[in-house]
This record gives sequence, structure tokens and C-alpha cells, in this order.
Amino acid sequence: MFHFLKLIMRSLLKRSNLFKANSIKKDWFDSFVKGSLGLCALISIITTFSIIFILGKETLLFFEQVPIGDFLFGTKWEPLLEPQSFGVLPLISGTFLIVIGSSLVAIPAGLLTSIYLGEYAGPRTKAIVKPILEILAGIPTVVYGYFALTVITPMLKMIFPSIEVFNALSGSIVVGIMILPMISSLCDDAMSSLPRSLKEGGYAMGATSFEVVWSILVPTALPRIVAAFILAISRAIGETMAVVMAAGATPKMTMNFLESIQTMTSYIVQVSLGDTPAGGVEYQTCFAVGAVLFVMTLVMNIIGRKFYKRFNLEIE
Amino acid sequence: MSLRRRRLTEKCFKIATALITWSSIAILGVLVFQILKEGMQWVDWQFITSLPSRKAEKAGIYTAIWGSFYLMITTMLFALPTGIGAAIFLEEYGGKSRLSRFIDVNVANLAGVPSIVYGLLGLAVFVNLFGFGRSVISGGLTLGLLVLPVIIITTRGAIRSVPKSIPQAAYALGAKKWQVIFFHTLPYALPGILTGVILSVSRAIGETAPLIIVGAAAYVAFVPESLLDEFTALPIQIFNWTSRPQEVFHSLSAGGIIILLSVMLTMNSVAIFFRHKTQRSRNG
Repeated sequence: MFHFLKLIMRSLLKRSNLFKANSIKKDWFDSFVKGSLGLCALISIITTFSIIFILGKETLLFFEQVPIGDFLFGTKWEPLLEPQSFGVLPLISGTFLIVIGSSLVAIPAGLLTSIYLGEYAGPRTKAIVKPILEILAGIPTVVYGYFALTVITPMLKMIFPSIEVFNALSGSIVVGIMILPMISSLCDDAMSSLPRSLKEGGYAMGATSFEVVWSILVPTALPRIVAAFILAISRAIGETMAVVMAAGATPKMTMNFLESIQTMTSYIVQVSLGDTPAGGVEYQTCFAVGAVLFVMTLVMNIIGRKFYKRFNLEIE
Repeated sequence: MSLRRRRLTEKCFKIATALITWSSIAILGVLVFQILKEGMQWVDWQFITSLPSRKAEKAGIYTAIWGSFYLMITTMLFALPTGIGAAIFLEEYGGKSRLSRFIDVNVANLAGVPSIVYGLLGLAVFVNLFGFGRSVISGGLTLGLLVLPVIIITTRGAIRSVPKSIPQAAYALGAKKWQVIFFHTLPYALPGILTGVILSVSRAIGETAPLIIVGAAAYVAFVPESLLDEFTALPIQIFNWTSRPQEVFHSLSAGGIIILLSVMLTMNSVAIFFRHKTQRSRNG
């Protein structure tokens, strides 16, 4: 914290016009404006530190009551029933089930959509398709939850009669639909930012569009495409309402998409819907689970953005 | 591979990509159709002006609409000045210093934090630490923090797109830095900033998870009168109705969705209108 303050002071000093020739008529209002704008910028840093501090504090309090090994490696999650058990693995496995399912939907579909937009679609088709994808991306997740429950699950019931009312499959499909626009737009950017000469070289050799795409564009843009997948998966991990409404609230370790499961996010919502007093162990579980969630998404976002940027520099 | 087979693969591939793309559009069609089919019967003046009720025929979204309205006011009162201020600082004063690069990375990271984590932050800080309780101001500030990165990123983009000649001309006439920023750069960037702001409101108004964590109540029989009153919101009401087992409440929530989506659609059209208008006036 101290180091940080020093940094701020130094940069303020360096940029103030104290040492410049016109410093006799130093405009105090200018410095005032600058200071207040700087305060605004600081709020974003304060936010990050408070997130880390609060998640960390409550998680540490939680670990005073539950050993960290039991939490990270336990295979039974029953914090709301007696006797309580706090193994987070069922929630993580539920989250992964949704991630796998939604990736199977969104990754191929998103990539193919971006190829269609980049290679085959004319300007008029693009003008229709792109805004529609933006609309899909902007629809609130609670609406997708409604859609999963009232349309997707009944349709799945016709195919798999044994499916439960709340099931991982319906949740995965709907989360897949939600992250599809993100994948397709990032992949589209990745491929359209490649130098034209790459593509033209391929066509000049007599390659078909399919060959140009699969053997030139996709392999060259691969790091950025993978980065797009990572960023989208990180969004799927943090996705809440659609999963709460479609996938149920049964923490268990299963690979069966037809069963009801519980993700990390939907556990936090489940606790919040009940009346949990602040300070109890149930209250702290939310923050411990939230901390796991935060670390996972943060790491994936950092990796994803690094990939995306570094490759961008190489091409230029 | 023979030429014929290569052409066949090409054709199949093209059809596959087109099929996938159009099917996501079909999904949007099914979604809209389902919502209109189920919800249209409920949407009328009575639905908008009634309190929530256990009887579906009498239930309405009056408190939810006002709750959402007050939430958005609080959110924007907090997020607008801070977001735009932070963006100006980063663009105009930040330069390439270590501090501004740190803030830069930080904002990008915040933009990727799941909304539910903001809910936990709001619960610990606004509800418990500051003692605001489960109130409008807790919810509004939580959503404010959530949309802050979006506002900062779009505002920076808008400021960056201002041609360099404009501030330079002002400096040449002897304007002070703050005069240049507030009288020349910001007015020019305003349409872009507004677009970003509107988009961030339309994101905030649909957020559900953080509000549940902060403690929006499902049943609130009055319109909040002060910032410390408990509240409900449109997406919370939709969630509540959808999670009831009775079918009739599902169609009721479709009615709520129609209202929510219409509000969002209106805001987005306004944003697109702004974008077009400025593009035309600058080109022409």
C-alpha cells in the first residue's frame, strides 16, 4: 500500500508544472481538476483491492472453522444440512460440466459463424447478421433462464424422456448461446486482422475458400482464436442466472448431462435467496466459493488477454 | 484430392457455416416468438400499474418498474461522474506512467470479473460495513461498480477519437488544460460517451445476480420513498415468477420480459441513432 502511495505522489509531482518556466502563474484550478479526476481513477483500484480484501478476509475466517484441505479436496457439499460438509469439488465439477457443455455448443458454432461472416457473407447479409448477434449478446441472462426452462427443457424432454426438470444439458445449451456472439466476434476480429496478402497468396495458388480458411487463416490466427475461447469460457464460469434457473441446485459429482447439478455461482444465489445472517459459516461459504470463482476467472482472463495481445504485436 | 472432391468439400463447408449462422438467428426468432406468445396477453395498463400479488390475474410490475428506475438513477449518479472522470484522467493526464498503466490493466481485469462477485462485494461493503442494509442505495452502488469499467473503456475510446487538431487549436489560443478538456475535447466526444453510457445502463438494468446477493426482495408492496428503503427490480420479479412451479406465472414473467426488453431496445436504438447522427454530421 505504501509503495503504491509513493508511486502516486511521484507521478503527480513529475507532471505538475512546479518546475516549469510558467510556474509563477500556476493555475490552482488546473491542479484541482487533475486531482479530482485522479480520485475517480483511483476508485477502480480501490474496487479491485476491496474485492480481494473482502473475499480474502471472509475466506480466512471460513478456514478457521473448516480445514482448507477439506474445502479444496472434499467431495461432498452440504453446508446447509446437519451434519455439514464443505467439499467444494461437487460445485467445481458442476461448473465444469456447464463449461464443457457450453463450449461444445459455442466453440464450433462461434468459429463457423465468424468464418461465414468473414468469407462467405455479402455486405448486406453482414449488415443483418452482426446486429442480431449483438442483440443476442445483450439479452439479460434472466431472459435466457426463462428461455431454457420454458423452451429448451421441454424440447429436450421429447428427445430424452428420462431428463430431469432441472438439468445440466439445458443450462449448457443456453450458456452456449450466450457466449456464442462473443466467440464469433473475437474470432472474426482475429482473422480479419491478418494481412490480406496471406489470403490472396492462397487464392493465387488455386485454393478453395475452405482450404484458405482451414490451412491458412485458422492456423495463423490460432493463438488469438484460442484466446477468444479462453475469454468465453471464463464468462461461462461466472455465468449465474441462466444456470440457476435451468440447471438446478443439487451439488453432486456427475458427468451425466441429464441430471440436476449445482455450480459455484448458483450455490451463492441459493444461499442469498434464504435469509442468512452476516457472520455465520453459511455466509462465509459464499465468500469462499466466490474467491475460488474470482481466482479462476481472473487467471483465465489474464492468460486470454496476454495471448490476444502478444500475437497482435507479432503480426504487426 | 480430385478437383471434384475439393469443390464438394467447399460447397458442404459453405452450407455448414451458413446453416450454423442462420440457426443462431432462428434461435433469437424462437425466443422472441415464445415471449410474445406467452406474455402479450398480460401486457396492458393494469399489468404496469398493479402491485405484485399471489393471484396471477391481479399481479403487476408497478413496484418492480419503480425499483429499477430508482436503481438506475443511483447507479448513474455514481458511475457517470467517476467513470468519465477516470477516463479523462487516463487519457489526458495519465500518459505512459506506471500508475496509468496499472490502472489500465486493472480496469481490463475488473471488466472480466463475474457480476456475482460484485454482488458479494456490495453485500460485504454497502450492506454490512456501511450499514445501508438491503436498500436501493446498496443495489445502485453495486451496479455502479459493475458498469464502471464499461463506462471507462467506452469513454476513453470516445476521447481518443477526437482529432488532435481540436485540443491543439485551443492550446494555441492560450486555453488552460482544464478549459481544453471541458470546453473542447469533451463536447466533441459527447455523442460517443453517451452511446457508451446508454449501453451500460441497458446492461445494468438487466443484471439480476448481484441484486439477489445484495438482497433485493421478491415481494415489495410499495414504491421506495428513500434511498434506504428495500426494493425489487424488473429482472428480480421475472426471476421470481419464472422459478414458481405454476405455468401461469411463467407466462406472467414473459409479460415482464416484454417490458424489460422493450426498455432495453428503446435505449439501444437511441444509442445507435446518436452514433449515426454524429457519423453523418462529421462526414458531411
